[in-house]
Amino acid sequence: MNESNAQGERLGIVVGGSLTGGMEVKLDSATPIEEMAVGRYVVIGGLRSRFFGMITNISLGTINQQLTITPPDVADPFIAEVITGTSTYGKLQVTPMLTISGDAVSLLEGPQPVKTVPAHFSEVREASEQDVELVFGREDDKHFYVGTPLDMETKVCLNIAEFVKRSNGIFGKSGTGKTFLTRLLLIGMVQKKEAANLIFDMHNEYGWEGTSEHVPNVKGLKQLFPSQVALFTLDEESARRRKVSPDYVVQIGYDAIEPEDIALLRETLNLTEPAIEAVYQLVREFGEEHWLEGFLNLSGDEETKDLLKNLNIHESSYRNLRRGLERLRRLPFLVPHARENSVQRILEYLDRGMNVVLEFGRYTDVTVYMLIANILTRRIYAQYRERTEMAMGEKADKPHPLVITIEEAHKFLNPSVAEQTIFGTIAREMRKYNVTLLVIDQRPSSIDDEVMSQLGTKATYLLDNEKDIDSVLMGVSGKSELKTVLSKLEAKQQALIFGHALPMPVVVKTREYGSAESYKEFGFRDAAELKRKTEEEIKDLF
Amino acid sequence: MSTKIGEVIEASTGGFVAECYELHTPPPLGSVVRTTDGDVEIYGIVCNASTESIDPGRRPVARGKDESEEENIYRQHPQLSRLLRTTFESLAIGHGQENEIRHYLPPRPPRVHSFVYLCEQDEVRRFTQSLDFLSILLNSKGGSVDEMVSACLRQASHAHDDGRAFLVRAGKELAVLLGGELNRLNAILRRIRL
Ligand SMILES: Nc1ncnc2c1ncn2[C@@H]1O[C@H](COP(=O)(O)OP(=O)(O)OP(=O)(O)O)[C@@H](O)[C@H]1O
Ligand SMILES: [Mg+2]
Repeated sequence: MNESNAQGERLGIVVGGSLTGGMEVKLDSATPIEEMAVGRYVVIGGLRSRFFGMITNISLGTINQQLTITPPDVADPFIAEVITGTSTYGKLQVTPMLTISGDAVSLLEGPQPVKTVPAHFSEVREASEQDVELVFGREDDKHFYVGTPLDMETKVCLNIAEFVKRSNGIFGKSGTGKTFLTRLLLIGMVQKKEAANLIFDMHNEYGWEGTSEHVPNVKGLKQLFPSQVALFTLDEESARRRKVSPDYVVQIGYDAIEPEDIALLRETLNLTEPAIEAVYQLVREFGEEHWLEGFLNLSGDEETKDLLKNLNIHESSYRNLRRGLERLRRLPFLVPHARENSVQRILEYLDRGMNVVLEFGRYTDVTVYMLIANILTRRIYAQYRERTEMAMGEKADKPHPLVITIEEAHKFLNPSVAEQTIFGTIAREMRKYNVTLLVIDQRPSSIDDEVMSQLGTKATYLLDNEKDIDSVLMGVSGKSELKTVLSKLEAKQQALIFGHALPMPVVVKTREYGSAESYKEFGFRDAAELKRKTEEEIKDLF
Repeated sequence: MSTKIGEVIEASTGGFVAECYELHTPPPLGSVVRTTDGDVEIYGIVCNASTESIDPGRRPVARGKDESEEENIYRQHPQLSRLLRTTFESLAIGHGQENEIRHYLPPRPPRVHSFVYLCEQDEVRRFTQSLDFLSILLNSKGGSVDEMVSACLRQASHAHDDGRAFLVRAGKELAVLLGGELNRLNAILRRIRL
């Protein structure tokens, strides 16, 4: 492609198609079909406007069925060359997405969604770097660079201001790059200051440092933005061993645990339905704040038996519940009486515009993860809700938007619990109270459909389960075309992103993360450089 | 200057017949020739040639039974060359002046007795820049259309700097024009490949 030329290489002409089914493009015989790729951008020069679209399928055509039965003598290079592009030819399916005409209106308002199709025989060209830039914008105070389109150097930028307005999702099978992209997006939000973040960091990858299959270790948020990120942990010892110094060690008191939390853990704690019922009975007996302590203190003697009888709790339910809750009792950060209110601490940081990463240390068990995320989020959300309502009564400012990041999202958002958990509520309410989610999951099909449909922007890496693909693409226009694109993604670091924060779906090679240059681009200065800079400044002073 | 090779003796809108000035030396099959209707130049492609008796009632008879060499026959009977004549047929495929050649039939056929010239290489190159004349050739009636087309392209390719590129371009044009007629296409392509 010619850099100085505003137009890309000519590929062929439109020979048919429709707005819903995409345009059919016959390739010029000079265009080598094997150099085409789904997911790549093209520009179609219609009579009035230029259409920006994506290649969603590639196929071979022949003008005559006989050709496939008695193929010509293509061993002869001359005959092969003649036949290619005439009797046989390449076809593209192009889904037009936007019009990018150069007239005054579109210059002011940017690319517009397509409402019609280009005429027959309109010329189809590769999109040039300029075309792509026109569509995906430049980096600025709202737009964050997330990656480059296939085979191009242009930056694809997400509108972070739009992004934080809705809950969003990152999907893909294991090892594709979800964690890396999440880290990038978190940095985007930290840099653009559009929202504060609370990250439930199950595998200790976001706070101080994360692992990579290629480079030794990659820096976490705290290293890159020390003054804007606070590191909370559940496991001080693990932090110490990893030579990480946390800003705060979280303890949760028994009084913070509510029956809903236990209900959410029903499956992972192996609790029966009557055992869950029993929890509600216990609350009635001991009160909201003391039921767990009260229950754990039951000694199993005659007195206990009488109590159970009174509460109508069956012996087997008692034993089932006991087994489950004993597991919680063994967790060192769960204590009868917490020394401080962790929720309050988190809120203090968030109010100062800081971003909080909560590391789980060695407690990577999903039970713990769900319990803690649920307890904290419920309380934080209640605060946001209260403040927003007060703001509506004009008694206070609206709270700064908050984005909560959770992994293994289907555990919180599967259809059987999404109705009850706080996460389901947040996802469904959009951003009524200025709180949204960033959900990360390998198995999107396990997430409640309604929640999936509320996600504003989705980024998906390769998925190989048909159900997962369907669920991610549910409700998107051009679904079947995007499906082809999605199934052809590379195994790593290539994602299809679509939704509110982008003018149109895009396949990107996600921005490189982990090299010294990549940190520099985020404004990071290593120690040596900082020293040099300080020395220079001192020199300047005297 | 292109060589004058003969004179029109029969003319119609679709083509003309010319008599050669030299016996037995018609222009090669498929070559480009030029004549005129008095106003415009008319281009043709040679599609057939024949040599026969001037008097249709008198067929030549065999004369060489006792000769050891063919040439001796003409030497012994010098009148023979006056009793025989060579003619060739051309399909009209375009007309016009130097810089504005149109690749379709001329408005009028050439005049009888118009001179016919064999086109030089650069005239051939100019004329075959556009391949629009191929459709006229392919649609012409007659026994050996495909032979004529391949001969024409083979010869024209010599007039182009990149003969192969010319043939590929022509081949593609044929592939489009012949559409479903794969056997014809294959036959022609096999005749013009280098
Ligand atoms: N943007 C990127 N920059 C550099 N390397 C990347 C990037 N994206 C992915 N990778 C590489 O791919 C590997 C897997 O990425 P990542 O850990 O994000 O996968 P994941 O989808 O979170 O997997 P899992 O589901 O198992 O947690 C990384 O270790 C890294 O080597
Ligand atoms: Mg991961």
